[in-house]
Amino acid sequence: MDRIEPKSSGNQAVTLPRPFVKWFAEKGWAPRAHQLELLARAQSGENMLLIAPTGAGKTLAGFLPSLTDLVARGKIPPGSAFTGIHTLYISPLKALTVDIERNLMKPVTEMGLAVTVENRTGDTPQAKRQRQKLNPPDILLTTPEQVALLLANKEATRFFKDLKYVVLDELHSLVTSKRGHLLSLGLARLRKHAPDMQTIGLSATVADPLDLQRWLVPQGETPSPPAGLVHVTGGAAPDITILGTDSRIPWSGHVSTYAIPEVYKEIRRHKTTLIFVNTRFQAELLFQTLWTINEDNLPIALHHGSLDAGQRRKVEAAMADNKLRAVVATSTLDMGIDWGDIDLVVHVGAPKGASRLAQRIGRANHRMDEPSKAILVPANRFEVMECQAALDANYLGAQDTPPVGEGALDVLAQHVLGMACAEPFDPLELYDEITSASPYAGLTWEMYERIVDFVATGGYALRTYERYAKIRKMEDGRWRVSNPQIAQQYRMNLGTIVEAAELNVRLVKRNAKGTLGRGGMSLGKVEEYFLEQLVQGDTFLFAGKVLRFEGIRENECLVSNAFSLDPKIPAYAGGKFPLTTYLADQVRAMLADPDRRVALPDQVRDWLNIQLERSILPKQDELLIETFPRGKRFFLIAYCFEGRLAHQTLGMLLTRRLERAGARPLGFVATDYSLAIWGLNDLGAMIGDGSLSLSDLFDEDMLGDDLEAWLDESYMLKRTFRNCAVISGLIERRHPGKEKTGRQVTVSTDLIYDVLRSHEPDHVLLEATRRDAATGLLDIGRLGDMLGRIKGHITHRDLDRVSPLAVPIMLEIGKENVPGEAQDAVLQEAADELISEAMAP
Amino acid sequence: MNRLGLSPRTMITTAPATEDVLVHGVAAVCDPLGGLYLPETGMLIVSDLHLEKGAAFARRGMMLPPYDTIATLNILAAVIARYDPKIVVSLGDNFHDRRGSEFLPADLRKMIADMARGRDWIWINGNHDPDGTTDLPGISTDELVYGGLVFRHEPSLISGKGEVAGHLHPSATVRRREKYVRRPCFATDGHRLLMPAFGVLAGGLDLNHTAMQGIFARETLVAHLLGRDRIYSVRYSNLMR
Repeated sequence: MDRIEPKSSGNQAVTLPRPFVKWFAEKGWAPRAHQLELLARAQSGENMLLIAPTGAGKTLAGFLPSLTDLVARGKIPPGSAFTGIHTLYISPLKALTVDIERNLMKPVTEMGLAVTVENRTGDTPQAKRQRQKLNPPDILLTTPEQVALLLANKEATRFFKDLKYVVLDELHSLVTSKRGHLLSLGLARLRKHAPDMQTIGLSATVADPLDLQRWLVPQGETPSPPAGLVHVTGGAAPDITILGTDSRIPWSGHVSTYAIPEVYKEIRRHKTTLIFVNTRFQAELLFQTLWTINEDNLPIALHHGSLDAGQRRKVEAAMADNKLRAVVATSTLDMGIDWGDIDLVVHVGAPKGASRLAQRIGRANHRMDEPSKAILVPANRFEVMECQAALDANYLGAQDTPPVGEGALDVLAQHVLGMACAEPFDPLELYDEITSASPYAGLTWEMYERIVDFVATGGYALRTYERYAKIRKMEDGRWRVSNPQIAQQYRMNLGTIVEAAELNVRLVKRNAKGTLGRGGMSLGKVEEYFLEQLVQGDTFLFAGKVLRFEGIRENECLVSNAFSLDPKIPAYAGGKFPLTTYLADQVRAMLADPDRRVALPDQVRDWLNIQLERSILPKQDELLIETFPRGKRFFLIAYCFEGRLAHQTLGMLLTRRLERAGARPLGFVATDYSLAIWGLNDLGAMIGDGSLSLSDLFDEDMLGDDLEAWLDESYMLKRTFRNCAVISGLIERRHPGKEKTGRQVTVSTDLIYDVLRSHEPDHVLLEATRRDAATGLLDIGRLGDMLGRIKGHITHRDLDRVSPLAVPIMLEIGKENVPGEAQDAVLQEAADELISEAMAP
Repeated sequence: MNRLGLSPRTMITTAPATEDVLVHGVAAVCDPLGGLYLPETGMLIVSDLHLEKGAAFARRGMMLPPYDTIATLNILAAVIARYDPKIVVSLGDNFHDRRGSEFLPADLRKMIADMARGRDWIWINGNHDPDGTTDLPGISTDELVYGGLVFRHEPSLISGKGEVAGHLHPSATVRRREKYVRRPCFATDGHRLLMPAFGVLAGGLDLNHTAMQGIFARETLVAHLLGRDRIYSVRYSNLMR
C-alpha cells in the first residue's frame, strides 16, 4: 500500500487504498491536505466538521472515510445475512442528492469499487423504496424527511444497525431551521441503533463553528467532546463590484428595473450568468423585462420554487449542458449544486446578509483557486449602502449566519409520535435520547411531559379526549400508538415545511363564446391568499407570462393569456429576507462615518450630504427620530435599521402607545431601514413641549402588556400558529382517503386559534407559537435588543418638511397592506356605499 | 360580547346594531352574533352550530381544542338572552357528526336544557346529523313551515320563495383600496335567506363559490356581514368578485 502524507496540518499518517492512489494519479490530481486530514481523523474515530469554500472538494472529502472503509470491507457475498446501510448522506435539497449521486458514481465507477450508491427522496417510486428496505445500498443519499420516515418504521433497527457514517451536507443551512431540529432528533435515534456511528458535517463558513461541532455529537448530562474541525480557508478572493449605472437609482422599491439594460449587457459579455433575486416576484418581473429587450434572443430561463417541477428539471438539465446564457433564480438554486460553467453571478436587490451573499457568489466558477465574479445590483439607495456593506464584509470574511436556536416544540411533538410509530417507547429513555440532541439539550422534563400529553390527547386542561388518545401508556409504563391508522397518518403528514395553501395554475383558452376550455398546461402553484385578492380579469406575472385570472375551479386556478404589458404583479409575501443584524450594523456604521461613505456612488453621496444640511445622519448607536408635517398629517420617522419584521412589530406597538398618548395615529409603514408613523396631532410639537416623551415611548416595557394585548389580534401570530398546528400534528395536511390539498382544509386554524386562546391561553401549542414568533415573524428578540441599545441615545429633529433620508419610506406609504388591522373600517366604507346609494336622489 | 372576542369574560357592552330585512314579506332582524329573529312569531333561528366539532375530529385522531361547543353555546346563550324568543330553531348541522349529541358532556347538555326551558326548541336535521339528537330537549324534524316561511337545512333547488336555509355557510369579501375583509354573512335577495354558520369552528364559503350559483336573484342580493358590534350590509355588486 502506498502512503500519502498530508502536507499541511495534522500529523496523522493516512492510508489510501490502491485504487484511490491510482485514480488520483490517472487524473493528475493529488488528494488535498484537508481531505486526508479528515480521513485520518475520522478513521481514528472522531466525529468531524469540515468547513470549506465551494470548489474545495468537500463532497469527496466527506465520502472518503466511507469509501475507504467499504473498500476494506469488500463485496458482501450473496447469501450472507442481512446487511444494513453503511453510510447515510443527508442533504437539504432533493436535487442535491441526485447531483451527488452523479458526482459520486463517477469516481466509484472509474476506480471499479464494489460500492452501491442509491438515492431516496419523496420522488423515489414506492417499489424502489420497498426494495431498498429489503436490500439496502451501501450508501444512501437522502433528505431529513426520509430519515424521519425510515426511523418511524418497525424495520429501523435492522436497517440502521450497520451504520458507520452519517454525512451531513450544507450543514450550516440545515441546522438553523425546523428541519434541522427534526434531523437532530433523528441523529439521536440513529445513535441508538448504531452506537458507534460517526458524523461528518460539511459546511460553508459560519460565524460560530463550535455550534456545529456540538450539534454533530451527543449532548445531555455527559456531552461528548465537540466534533473535530478541519477549516479550509482561502480560495481566491471573489471579484465583486456594484453595478455602475448612468440611470437614476430609485429612492425606494425592490425591483431594480432601472438596471436591466446594463444587466443584459453583462449577460452578453459572459458565457453563463446566474441572476439571483430575493423573491419570486422579483424573479418574474426581471425575467419578463429581460425578454422585452432580448434582441439577440439569448436563451434566458427562469427558476423558482413555485414553478412546475417538470419545468424546473428542464431548466436544470439545460444548465448542466451549458445550453443557457442566463438563469433568473431565487433561493431554490442557493445551495451547492454544480451546474455548468457559470462565469458570472448577478445579485439583484440587496443580499440582506453577508453570508448569503458569499454562498450565492460561490456558485460562479466552481474552482477554488480562481476568483468568482459577481455584480451587485441595488434596487434603491439604501440598498446601495447595504450592498457596499455586504461587499466590505465579504472581503473581511465576516459572517452573519443565524444561531442554531432552541429546538422547536412542534417538531418535538411530531418526533415523539414518530418514535411511538417505530416501537413502544420508555418515556425516560426517550427523554435522555431527545436531550442528547443539541437543540433540545435544555428541554425540561416538565415540558417534555406536556408534549407527550399533547401527542396523546391534545394536552388540554379539559380532559375529554382520553378515549380517543393517539398514543397510550401500557402497563409496563411504555407508550405505544393506539392503532395502525395513527402511524399511517403520521407518515402522510411528516415534515416541517409548511407551504401556504397553494393552488395549481392551469393555462386555459377562452373559446369564441367566451367560455373557458378544459385541460391546458399546468404552470406551477401560487398561494391561495394571493388569489383571494384577485378579481376575475386581473392580470399578474407568473411563470414568465402575463396571465389573466379567470377563476377557481375545484382545486385549480384557471388563467388565460393576457396580452397585456401592465400586469398586476403577484406580491408573494414569503421570501423577503429581513436585513441581518450584522449588515444593519454595518449600514449604520457607514452612515456615521464619512470615510466609509467615500466608496458610495455620487448620487447616493449627494443624497446623504443634503440630509446632513437639512437634518443629521445618526451616529452608529444613536436612534434618529424625525418629525415633520406633510399634507394634513404629521409624520414621525424612526431610523432603526433592524429589518422589516422587527419594525412592523414596533409599528404596531408604537401606534397603540401613541393612541393612548392622544397623538391620534392613523397608520404606519415599515421597511428594512426605518419606520414611519403618521397621525392627526403634531407629534413634533408634542415631543417639544414634553407632553410626549420619546424615552417613554421607546421604553422596553412595551414588550410586556402592550405586546400581550396586541398578540390577541395579531394576524402574524395566527400564521405562526398555523405552522405549529400542522407540524405538531394537531391539523393534518393529508388524511388517508382524502388526499386533496389546498382548499379541502376542513377547519380553519384561525378559528382554532381564537377558541384556544380564549379558553386555554397557556396551552402548550400557544407557548410553541409565541416562542416561534419571538424569533420569526415578529422578531421580538431583535426588537428587544434594539430597545436596550438605544436607551439614552435617542435624538429628535423636528423639521418643517420631509428630509431626504425620509423620502424612501414616504414612497412606500400606501403600498403596504397590513392585514388584520382596521377591518371594520373597511366594512364601514363598503356599507356606506349602500347607504349613499339608497339615499341618492 | 361579540363573535370576534369569544372569551366568556367579554361581556355585552353596548346594544348591537342589527339590520332589519324582509324575507318574502316577513320582517326579520339580522343580529351580529349570527342569529335571525322574527318579531311577529317570536322565533330565533340559528344555523350550522356544528357542536362537538372538536370531538368529531378527535375521534379521527386530530385533537382540536375541546372548547368549541362551550364557545358556541356561550354565544347562543347571549343571543337568546337578548331576544327571549318563544321558539328557537336550530337549522341543521346542529352537531358535527352523528355521534355528537350522544357523547355530549353532561355540563354542556345541561346548558342546552337551561336555555330551552320555557320555550319551544326545534332541531332541524342536517346532512351532518340526519338522525336527530339524543337526550336533548325539543323536537327533531327535517323541515318546518311556520309564519309564512319554510325552514330547512339545505336550500331547495326548485323554489326558494320564503325559504330560510343554512348548510352553505355564506361569507362575503369586501375589498376597498388594498385591504380586503372576509366575514360570515346573512344573504338574502328578498325571497329567500341563507343563514351564516353559527358554530365557532364552522368557517365560511364565499357567495361567489359555484355552490352558491342559482340560489339568489343577484340583482337584489344583499350580504349582511357580521361585524364586531354591528351588521354591515353590502349589495352583491359592491362585494369583491
